[in-house]
Amino acid sequence: MLVEAKGVRKRYSTGGDPLTVLDGVSLQLAEGETLALTGESGSGKSTLLHLLAALDTPDEGTIRLDGVQLVGLDDAGLAAQRRQTVGLVFQQFNLIPALDVRANLAFQARLAGRHDAAWQGHLAERLGLTDCLGRYPEQLSGGQQQRVAIGRALAARPRVLMADEPTGNLDEASADAVMGLMLDLVAETRAGLLMVTHSSLLAGRLSRRAHLSGGHLA
Amino acid sequence: MRGVALTALLAHWRRRPGQLATLVIGLALATALWSAVQAINAEARASYDRASGRLGQGAYETLTDPSGSIALETFVSLRRAGWLVSPVLEGRMMAGEMRLLVTGVEVLTAPPGTLAVTPGGADDIDLVALISSPGLGFAAPETIDRLDGADRLPPLRPGALVPPGQMVTDIGTAERLLDRRGEITALVVLPDQPRNRAPLSAIAPNLVVNPAQQQGDMARLTNSFHLNLTAFGLLSFAVGLFIVHGAIGLAFEQRRATCRTLRALGLPARDLMGLLLVELLVLAVIAGGIGIVLGYAIAGALLPDVAATLHGLYGARVPGTLSFDPVWAVTGLAIAVAGAVIAAGQALWRVRTMPLLASAQPRAWATVSAVLLRRQAIAGAGLIAAGCATAWMAQGLIAGFALLAGLLLGAALMLPAGLATVLALGARAARTAEGQWFWADTRQQLPGLSLALMALLLALVANIGVSTMVGSFRLTFTGWLDQRLAAELYVTVADAGESARLETWLDSRADAVLPVITVDSPIEGAPGEVMGVADHGTYRDTWPLLTARDGAWDELAAGRATLINEQLARREGLAPGDPVRLAPGWTMPVAGIYSDYGNPMNQAMVSLDLLETRYPDRPRLSFGLRTDDPEALAEALRADFGLDAAAVVDQATIKRVSLEVFERTFTVTGTLNVLTLAVAGFAILTALLTLASLRLPQLAPAWALGITRKRLARLELMRSLALAAFTFIAAVPVGLALAWSLLAVVNVEAFGWRLPMHLFPMQWLVLLVLALAAAALATALPARHLARTAPADFLKVFSNER
Repeated sequence: MLVEAKGVRKRYSTGGDPLTVLDGVSLQLAEGETLALTGESGSGKSTLLHLLAALDTPDEGTIRLDGVQLVGLDDAGLAAQRRQTVGLVFQQFNLIPALDVRANLAFQARLAGRHDAAWQGHLAERLGLTDCLGRYPEQLSGGQQQRVAIGRALAARPRVLMADEPTGNLDEASADAVMGLMLDLVAETRAGLLMVTHSSLLAGRLSRRAHLSGGHLA
Repeated sequence: MRGVALTALLAHWRRRPGQLATLVIGLALATALWSAVQAINAEARASYDRASGRLGQGAYETLTDPSGSIALETFVSLRRAGWLVSPVLEGRMMAGEMRLLVTGVEVLTAPPGTLAVTPGGADDIDLVALISSPGLGFAAPETIDRLDGADRLPPLRPGALVPPGQMVTDIGTAERLLDRRGEITALVVLPDQPRNRAPLSAIAPNLVVNPAQQQGDMARLTNSFHLNLTAFGLLSFAVGLFIVHGAIGLAFEQRRATCRTLRALGLPARDLMGLLLVELLVLAVIAGGIGIVLGYAIAGALLPDVAATLHGLYGARVPGTLSFDPVWAVTGLAIAVAGAVIAAGQALWRVRTMPLLASAQPRAWATVSAVLLRRQAIAGAGLIAAGCATAWMAQGLIAGFALLAGLLLGAALMLPAGLATVLALGARAARTAEGQWFWADTRQQLPGLSLALMALLLALVANIGVSTMVGSFRLTFTGWLDQRLAAELYVTVADAGESARLETWLDSRADAVLPVITVDSPIEGAPGEVMGVADHGTYRDTWPLLTARDGAWDELAAGRATLINEQLARREGLAPGDPVRLAPGWTMPVAGIYSDYGNPMNQAMVSLDLLETRYPDRPRLSFGLRTDDPEALAEALRADFGLDAAAVVDQATIKRVSLEVFERTFTVTGTLNVLTLAVAGFAILTALLTLASLRLPQLAPAWALGITRKRLARLELMRSLALAAFTFIAAVPVGLALAWSLLAVVNVEAFGWRLPMHLFPMQWLVLLVLALAAAALATALPARHLARTAPADFLKVFSNER
């Protein structure tokens, strides 16, 4: 199993009583599987994605990522998991503003020591970025920036792609195009995909859907 | 992995070369001003060391006769009694246009190191040439240049360790040059004296022993001056660090998103911190290197004025050229690195503690809570209170500087809270919507600008404080010169014969002839001089007495009491009525205390008759002349009596020269003042430039609601002017407090005199104009940029907000 979470709990201190965001969530994602994580605002979707992507640690429960138990790993261990196993796509793109598109695309692959110029070129072509490789993020539209973010995440050939509302900042047409590209490329790389989304339409394009409500998976 | 991450971090600078330049220039300026002061101090101290090294004075006791020179027979008697002493003859002669200090030593009996004119010591010297006619002289290279063409001198060789203005030679050559055959001014006591030698009191009771440490007087005298310079260097360094702190803080904040992304993509926090530190160190070394080069240039430019200052204030001779010392350069680099780490400490800590999932928006740098402002103000008030308490409880220069440091840092910390209050009042008083927005927006800018404004405050305070101090000094000094230089003409003669002839010649030509005799004497054990003056109304009517008991001049004329200078009174805690030791075995009561600005040494004034009785061999070589027609008398003295032109000086010339020396004395502080203000102006510019990148989202709504871009630019300019003006208003009382502490605490400790404080509102006005001009200049570029911002850029704020 690529991702395996069992009995995951996460609480946040909000000044008064602690707020339980996730209350014993268990979830699995197999190799090549695409899973949409849906739910109301504040239901804990992003929190769960952050835990599964080794960006945060649960208060209780266990998470295995490509066979590695995340609970108990120190900062360096978690960083290594993110670097080597996960490809991350954020709603707000989080490109590195000081680097041009070419460098941004290559960034995580180089960080992971798996830079492949041919693969990057292929990705840039598939994502329609070949004309803007020398531009900086601020010179791109929102749709272009998100395509760069997807390209960056996939350039390192991650085992699993985790995307948090990847089309939330895009118009419907751009969102549809970006989604199609992402699914094609995931299929091409045989990576797993875990995507947080509000959109039933987008969720319907993935192989499986999990709905989060009141801290539990439905 | 680290290389890739470092590339991403460094790419920030490539995209923002202006910010990189700000950081490097800020740190380079800070290092330059600090290093310049250190280079000047090191050069001067090396010069004192050379001066004290010329007779091995740091290491050996000397014997001197307070009444004058030591007789040859006394020297012979001491040698016969087993005393291992070596004679020295020292005196001044005119060589060309230079008044040269000639030091003659007996090469064969002198202790090791006595003739250390070269780094290699005496071994490098041709002894035969030195002791045979015409002899050899060793002098600093610049002295040799100035002596080019002077007659009577022996062949000169460069002596790297000989101070400027001095020549070291064999005692026989010195006798001939000074025309003082058989005279000895001091005997150097060699180490390892025989135990069974007769006591000094039995052979030469008139001689006094000068302990070895007494010889480091120049370093001791000038220490406070160098401390003053160091304090100024430190202030400039602190102002520079404000820039660095601002630039690094902003750069780190702007890279919060990058840092977060790097960590999200798998870079461990430890590695990220390491990379940021490496980047910081590399930048610090580059900036430090530039700073050292700049500092060397500044020091080279300032050194002639510092040399003039030291000569004017203390009579110390320091060469006007700078030598390069690698230790100084390494220290400068270390200071740059330490400064950068201190300045970046807070920013680094923020990155270290930033949660991985924290907001990456660069807002924290430009926002600060009211609580923090209040805490900062309380800390500032605490620092001022601590400085005052230290000055009240402790004594000395350190207490003075503690007061200054507390005052400056405390005021700087209190500034943002004070400005916030003023801006809040402005907002309350505003009647129009635009006015309300202007004040509220200015208040929003305050945290981002506060560091630059604190730097401006420090520079303005230093400027007001130092200019008030110098102005007060100038005013007092000018008045004091008028009092002190009451005689219309001052004349010096070569010898006793000429002196007697002159007095007779002047008998019917001058209204009054006022002879003055000066004798070097260890007053209360420290270097000093006793001056004998005639009993005349000129002194009684004009001499600048600070305090005196009734009938002081009568007591002086009768030889029953002495008048002493302020420096001596303060050093020894003397008041009228107290006894003062003018020389070994000679104590007199103090009748009064007079001001004596510019004299580093203890000085006492006694009746001319009394001094001539105690020192019968001292001829009257200096005279003050009273006359109704100084020009005619001066001309007659030169034409009819035959005195050299340089031997007759009128009052106006002495005043002019004295004031010139005075002005040069404060050239250095004036220059450092201007540089510090320039650095503060640069701090404002950099803060505004860096803030400009964050301003668009704040200005876009105002633009959308109908304020034109040009109007926005004008408001930006007005904002800077308002903040600079408020900062100036805050700086005036703090600057005056600084001036008071300089005049009442630091100067008293440093120079030995206290001056009344005068206020110079016109100077403040000029400074206000300068501060506003600096603020306007600093705002011009960002304002111009804003006026030309494309509407599309404003729209992006709404369409692409993230």
